[in-house]
Amino acid sequence: MGQASCLEALMTPKLRSILNADGSCAEELRDLVPDSDLLAILRIILLNRVMDRRLMTLQRQGRLGFYMTSTGEEAVTVGAAYALREDDPIFLSYREVGSLLWRKVPLNAIMNQLIGNAQDLNKGRQMPFHYCFREHHIPSVSSPVGTQLPHACGFGYAARILKTSQVALAFCGEGAASEGDFHTALNFSGVLNAQTIFLIRNNGYAISTPESVQTKACSLASRAEGYGIAGVRIDGTDLLMVVRAVRDAAERARGGGGPALIEALTYRMGAHSSADDPTRYRPEEEMRQWEKLDALARVRLHAKWRGIWTDTEEESAWADAEKAVSQMISECERLPPPPVESLFDDVYERMPAVLRTQKEEYLRFLRDRKR
Amino acid sequence: MADLVQMNMIQALNNALDIYMRREATAIIMGEDVGGFGGVFRVTEGLQQKYGAERVFDTPLAEAGIVGTAIGMALGGLQPIVEIQFADFVFPAFDQIVNEAAKYRYRCGGQYGLKMVIRMPYGGGIRGGHYHSQSPEAYFAHTPGLRVVIPSGPYEAKGLLLAALDCPDPVVFLEPKKVYRSVKTHVPKDYYTIPLEKAALVREGRDATLVAYGAMMEVAREAVLLAEGEGYDVEVIDLLSIWPYDLKAVLSSVEKTGRLLVIQEAPQTCGVAAELLAEVQRRAFTRLRAPLRRIAGFDTPFPYALEDHYLPSKERVLDVLRKTIEF
Ligand SMILES: Cc1ncc(C[n+]2csc(CCOP(=O)(O)OP(=O)(O)O)c2C)c(N)n1
Repeated sequence: MGQASCLEALMTPKLRSILNADGSCAEELRDLVPDSDLLAILRIILLNRVMDRRLMTLQRQGRLGFYMTSTGEEAVTVGAAYALREDDPIFLSYREVGSLLWRKVPLNAIMNQLIGNAQDLNKGRQMPFHYCFREHHIPSVSSPVGTQLPHACGFGYAARILKTSQVALAFCGEGAASEGDFHTALNFSGVLNAQTIFLIRNNGYAISTPESVQTKACSLASRAEGYGIAGVRIDGTDLLMVVRAVRDAAERARGGGGPALIEALTYRMGAHSSADDPTRYRPEEEMRQWEKLDALARVRLHAKWRGIWTDTEEESAWADAEKAVSQMISECERLPPPPVESLFDDVYERMPAVLRTQKEEYLRFLRDRKR
Repeated sequence: MADLVQMNMIQALNNALDIYMRREATAIIMGEDVGGFGGVFRVTEGLQQKYGAERVFDTPLAEAGIVGTAIGMALGGLQPIVEIQFADFVFPAFDQIVNEAAKYRYRCGGQYGLKMVIRMPYGGGIRGGHYHSQSPEAYFAHTPGLRVVIPSGPYEAKGLLLAALDCPDPVVFLEPKKVYRSVKTHVPKDYYTIPLEKAALVREGRDATLVAYGAMMEVAREAVLLAEGEGYDVEVIDLLSIWPYDLKAVLSSVEKTGRLLVIQEAPQTCGVAAELLAEVQRRAFTRLRAPLRRIAGFDTPFPYALEDHYLPSKERVLDVLRKTIEF
């Protein structure tokens, strides 16, 4: 398939949104997400919400260093992970815990990272959200925005050359799409015919900066054309649309058809982070308008339309989620910080002599102080 | 000059910018979230409201674009004052700073110069992990053509920023974010400058010279009090200008005390301390009474959970002071 025809197929207006306002969808599109999967996704979104609420509270109580919610964006984060193969790497930015939950990363593993305790797989080295779960094909998150995009491109090329049939997906925000790395990644991916998907969570804001300051163009997806790759702009609060777009792009890339850029329109319903106060820069009524398009509300309505979800079921799902999160918090908060010696490990595979000396001198200093 | 106002470092920086923006119609402020929001640390708060969105504005999220564009603005006659949200995020702009801004004057034989200030919060102690804690001053000090300045408190911040703004060369202005709100001091209300290339003698002493800068000044002060309790009399120098630095001030102190300890929170190797120690050992060799010492961050990335171990502590400084003085 040529680039142009795929682009056209993906850009067909009726494909941009699947769920109707009343929760219904075209009968033949139901199978995009079978009933049992839809229920599993719904439960994960509920869990994600409970985590957001409880962990933000924990942060306010000074028990967690920092927190960022993804409330409102779960159709993208969970839906994309759902649409991929289990061994497709996902290069996260930071606001995508939903992808981890779909991948069945254990809650405690997530919480251990957020705390940075002795059981954290990253050994307490990074701030909250800087996950890495190799076993679940989640490479390491870093703060400088956009840096993961060329990585996903390179991985997608490796997958093609090594014939692993994996497709690498990278998330970024619309703010990050202004970085040079974004443009480099798209350009390289086209040139290298990488098995890569770039997924922009366009949630309207980069901290206080609205999308209109990032670009004069009215679509980020249209950038794909400039790099000769497929591009599509979708309703990112519509779970079925996200699944469809990511699945199409993944199948295409897996088949050698090249990379794709997906721009998913959504909304950051919460603050940028626990350090932010959005009332300083955006009107409350704007937030309220988006509540109608809330990912959870739309998935719930759709499940009800299918007749597979009741209020009673939802109540017990909330209760299950609360219980799981409580257990996660209490188990992980008990753990000690990583041992001091670990500070010096993993800078290199083998510790250089000069660093070993620094370590020994410091440990001696600590011992002498105790005496 | 006489009027003093209590300010924290954020307010002092904001005040310096305000004074300068009022005075220089060509000065503009640009960066991520610096407009209506006033910056994530609020250093530019209220300035867009005062000077308009053409002079104080948000940019797209792209540091290379911010600095590169600022260079062009300077060539075109504006005076850009750039904010990089965190020093850890300056690296996309590294090429523009190191290869373009730094070398512009030299490479064209002085036909053009770039009058611009690149501000950025730096440093640890705020539980920021790898990417909200780094101290990249040595990268910039290693680049001829740039000036690197680091204030330690509100008074220094305002005076140095105003001096940097008046300086015809590109200045990398690193602000210790740990100190942003932690202290309030008396700051003159009006315009004043603290000259670049000059260190400040903060405390006189006989037994050893302790040099620090930025957030490490607080550690230095605390360590010196502990040392005083043990009967040691330590001289303290606040370096302020990291490059070009005030070698004369350091030398004249070491010639008196015969002992030198430099503190930096950046990783040890190839850091600012190394540079000072090398010059001092050569020029004050005959006056030295103990090995020159430095205390620095370890040669690891900046950690999250163990940052208190990573950062030079007053106890570590005291330990080395004792060893140096008792050598
Ligand atoms: C290179 C770089 N510059 C600045 C920052 C500081 N920063 C952190 S998040 C953020 C906004 C990102 O917005 P966006 O990419 O739209 O993602 P969102 O937070 O909305 O999910 C900024 C400016 C950073 N992390 N990296």
